[in-house]
Amino acid sequence: MEQKSLVLILARELADKLATAVFVVDDEGTLVYFNERAAEILGKSFAEAGAMTINEWAEAFEPLSHDDQPLAADDLPLVAALRTRNPAHRSFRIQGADGASRRIAVTALPLLARSDEVVGAAALFWEDGGEGS
Amino acid sequence: MRARIWGCRGSLASPGPETVRYGGNTSCVELRLSDDRLLIIDAGTGIRGLGVSLGHEPPAHIDLLLSHLHLDHIEGLGFFTPIWNKDCEIRIWGPPSTTHTLRERLATYFSPPLFPVHIDKIPSKLVYQDVPEEEEWELGTAVLRAQRVNHPGPTVGYRIEEGGKVLTYISDHEPAMGIDLAAADPDWVSGYSIAYGADVMFHDAQYTEDEYPQRVGWGHSSIAHTVTFGLITKVERLIMFHHDPLHTDAQLESMLVRAKELWGTDRDGLVLGYEGMEVELA
Repeated sequence: MEQKSLVLILARELADKLATAVFVVDDEGTLVYFNERAAEILGKSFAEAGAMTINEWAEAFEPLSHDDQPLAADDLPLVAALRTRNPAHRSFRIQGADGASRRIAVTALPLLARSDEVVGAAALFWEDGGEGS
Repeated sequence: MRARIWGCRGSLASPGPETVRYGGNTSCVELRLSDDRLLIIDAGTGIRGLGVSLGHEPPAHIDLLLSHLHLDHIEGLGFFTPIWNKDCEIRIWGPPSTTHTLRERLATYFSPPLFPVHIDKIPSKLVYQDVPEEEEWELGTAVLRAQRVNHPGPTVGYRIEEGGKVLTYISDHEPAMGIDLAAADPDWVSGYSIAYGADVMFHDAQYTEDEYPQRVGWGHSSIAHTVTFGLITKVERLIMFHHDPLHTDAQLESMLVRAKELWGTDRDGLVLGYEGMEVELA
């Protein structure tokens, strides 16, 4: 029987207890959880969204650069953190499921259970009123 | 496979008149496979008596499975007579650390001022082995699986299967931290897959329900968490383990009464672990 990595379990529990928006993906980039503050920004709850593949969530929230160009999955901090195993940061615009467009800043951290084992990544994000890349 | 408890006290050895029925030695379980091969889980103070029982001609090869390296799980090793026997090879399995090897971590204990003899001066052949975390492995006729579980520092639980029978050992475990165990998706419960369907599970049962709220995050379970974990993982027999050093025999027995209320008074299978307890899996 397969089950989630302990690091991912603890990351989800931490996210659940934080007032900061957090979005957690597994080692394949599949969305496994986002918390209530994230739900406010994304316009839907995790219970409504459910697990989503990397391409599904990357498309669902319609990320746009500041000059309104669509961002590919590879341009997003979470995907960069998974790929490079280093933290990544970017601000961009998303379209929430509630129809609202919001500018957000995202800092993504790879979740390394061991130095050679990435079990997922977590992105902390917030609504961003300033200029960004 | 046969198991015998040589120590089931948590945190600190606690000998005395108030702990004689369940014992004061810290964690150690002897496992004998069907061919009499010896596996030992944890090296708390209970391992001293196990070593004595092996006599002057211990097995030439012993596998010692450490759940983690907190002192109560390794402090008996220096008094385990086979390590002083140059003809004995002891393979020590333990959870990987991101920063130090298993030998380096054990050497913290086996060096002055904590211990008079440095680890390099121990005459038996000690072999250090990180447990595989992604796959099962075999020791003789047994198939083993180790999985990281929720407890401070690198800690694993073990699932050991032989002849279709499964023994699970999770001595130090706080699966309920931050979640409602009874309602949680099993995929998201620490230790679930190594416990699921076990014939016998040795599991942390350190605290009463009243004590736990003051000890959240210390890495242990209340009896309510222990029972819930046993029920959701559908184990056949649940052995309450890692008794708090401040709990007397009488207190443990009152905890058992409460645990049985939660487990279901109409079903067997829930017991307090005690020194000398033997469990046959056949």
